[in-house]
Amino acid sequence: MTPLIFPFRFELLWSDALVWLLVLTAIGFAAYTRNHPHLRAPWARVARSASGMAAATVLAAFVLVGLLDSVHYRAALPPQGGKTAYATEVRSLLDRVLEPLRLTREKTYSAPLATHLYAKETVQGPDGSETRVFPRLRHGGAHLKDPQADWGRDVALKAFRGLAFGLLFWFVAVLGVCAVLARSPDSSIESTWREAWAGRTAVPWRAVFCAFGLMCVLIGPVVALAPYYHVLGTDKVGQDVLYQALKSIRTGLVIGTLATLVMLPFALVLGLMAGYFKGWIDDVIQYVYTTLSSIPGVLLIAAAVLMMQVYIENHAELFPTTEIRADIRLLALCVILGVTSWTGLCRLLRGEALKLREMEYIQAAHAFGVSHWRIMMRHITPNVMHIVMIALVMDFSGLVLAEAVLSYVGVGVDPSMISFGTMINSARLEMAREPMVWWSLAAAFMFMLTLVLAANLFADAVRDAFDPRLIVGGGRP
Amino acid sequence: MTGYIIRRLIYGLLVLVGVNVFTFALFFFVNSPDDMARAQLGAKRVTPEAVEKWKRERGYDKPLFLNEKMLGTAKVTNTVFFEKSARLFVFEFGASDQGRNIGYDISTRMWPSLAVQLPAFIIGLLVYISFALMMAFFRATYLDFWGVVLCVLMMSISGLFYIIGGQFIFGKLWNLVPISGYDTGFEAIKFLALPVLIGVISGIGGNARWYRTIFLEEISKDYVRTARAKGLSETRVLFRHVLQNAMIPILTGVVVVIPLLFMGALITESFFGIPGLGSYTIDAISQQDFAIVRVMVFLGSVLYIIGLILTDISYTLVDPRVRFS
Repeated sequence: MTPLIFPFRFELLWSDALVWLLVLTAIGFAAYTRNHPHLRAPWARVARSASGMAAATVLAAFVLVGLLDSVHYRAALPPQGGKTAYATEVRSLLDRVLEPLRLTREKTYSAPLATHLYAKETVQGPDGSETRVFPRLRHGGAHLKDPQADWGRDVALKAFRGLAFGLLFWFVAVLGVCAVLARSPDSSIESTWREAWAGRTAVPWRAVFCAFGLMCVLIGPVVALAPYYHVLGTDKVGQDVLYQALKSIRTGLVIGTLATLVMLPFALVLGLMAGYFKGWIDDVIQYVYTTLSSIPGVLLIAAAVLMMQVYIENHAELFPTTEIRADIRLLALCVILGVTSWTGLCRLLRGEALKLREMEYIQAAHAFGVSHWRIMMRHITPNVMHIVMIALVMDFSGLVLAEAVLSYVGVGVDPSMISFGTMINSARLEMAREPMVWWSLAAAFMFMLTLVLAANLFADAVRDAFDPRLIVGGGRP
Repeated sequence: MTGYIIRRLIYGLLVLVGVNVFTFALFFFVNSPDDMARAQLGAKRVTPEAVEKWKRERGYDKPLFLNEKMLGTAKVTNTVFFEKSARLFVFEFGASDQGRNIGYDISTRMWPSLAVQLPAFIIGLLVYISFALMMAFFRATYLDFWGVVLCVLMMSISGLFYIIGGQFIFGKLWNLVPISGYDTGFEAIKFLALPVLIGVISGIGGNARWYRTIFLEEISKDYVRTARAKGLSETRVLFRHVLQNAMIPILTGVVVVIPLLFMGALITESFFGIPGLGSYTIDAISQQDFAIVRVMVFLGSVLYIIGLILTDISYTLVDPRVRFS
């Protein structure tokens, strides 16, 4: 009996584990929040913000791509001698989905939707004469017989078909949402649809539908064209730029979320301890974070990353594959970024704990003989969670932007890892070329802008909903 | 007041000791000097002799904290910690791993950094405050709304794109200024114009929005209502009362960065080829020159702490309510 052979083996990278842990925590938190009206209230306020919900819709798409890219596996090689070996390359589900993009490598640069290379090449004609021409691409537009005549019509047709499918999908999805919303017996799908579009629903569905529609309109044609063309062109080594941009999303998301989360326990425990106990504990903790925060962030990160590079170089045996090495570097970068951003949150939490410890209910807990630890856990922590939540979402966009800068300086993610920073870094020199290669930068720009803008808008909505000062004062200042 | 400043100075010194020990631990505990030597020499041609030679030439062959072979004070002074870390307190920066004099490099390279940073800082402050005041003046109108939208949009763009875009538009497309480079004297202006402009523009989003929040918070206070009740015009309220009082929170964020202007901006300087401390640091990072990075970390902390103390002093100057005991 032959052993059961799986065609793949799951590979749980460290960052994957943390990402999924985060997802599980978020689900658990959401379930917990559902049953507690006082926790639900601020989220309900977020759900009433039009810009926040539109941003959340866009963010959801990014998160979906990021999560697809966080399931890694190694494919099985053809069996040899009864044993199953697995490929050394670690792939993700996103790689599988984007296989047509990943495998269709060209020789070098090609413009978006091009059928010919961007560089001239010497080609030997059948009669032995040498001519300099722009050669046809291996994959982009390879199905066209006569690119000059067919290209425009083909692109337009495919884009139009994609657009139609996108709109159809959008319409069906919106109808589906309306059907779910119209569960109560006194409303029909039709009335819900009208209410939603008139902006009379509590949750601003119109904004969500608009954001989703915009995404469908953009994604539809891209999906339709991607199997036949390089929609965003190819880079120097002929890799599809769209593929790179999509792969960059995970790197950005991981850095944006994990950097704050990795250091969150420290900030929470130390900040609350400093504020709650006061005295020498406060002095020590204040000294620690003043020391750490007095080192300019970029320099601290640079120094730490340099040291980490040396460590990895000298302990190559600990990191068997490039993926694992790049992954560890990514995590280390998260930790280092966390250390630099940790101090601000710690200071905020200390201030809040200082205020809370004087409250009457804490005094009462003291009088009942509740232990310090329990007071901090049960009575103080829940009351500072809004600060943690605001810090979490506010830091996100800054961290995504920081990644790009750090990768440019050379202290960011591993050069083998695709990220916005590495994309910009390799595309930077192409600006000096004549004629210019602009599509790599444009792609990185558009994807980053969309991600960061959505994150900023969502963060604003969350801050407005959670910050008690703003709520007491009647919403936005 | 004097007593307060002296106490702040002593605390600052204590923090610097902390920074010093922390960086020392970061640089010498995570990796041994042997590891650093191997990383510098390149893994291919490493021999034990080469590693020893590299360490000896740079003074890394001594014990870390206590030299048992020496007598008297040399037991403590003839160590890596004393030579490489403790000496930083008297601004003896020593030689870089490439053998250059770091102190000399810093003293020559900080002026180009300052030449970019200072104008960008001053012009930036004026632009951000005027923009924020304008939004606060027209608050709750379309002008304010679109101003905020513009700010959020601008702060969502990576600083790298401002530089790349600026170089492309002003340098390449319009040919107004050279794309990169530096010169001394008045010739420097044409090289400095673009970095300064980009520095100002890239900061508009975040800063103007932040100042706007400060102004709006100030506007909602009681004294503003009193001023309006007295019959003062909105302009007068805004410029005489709100602006003056809003300067206090603005000072917190502004004074602290003034000393750091010497350090330059890493990305800007490396893109524009300005021979300042920022590009110095970037070069050191790419060459893995640990000595320079260590010195820059220390210098950055010194300047930051000076900034903090300056902030405290400036508080007492602008806000008569603040009295430190």
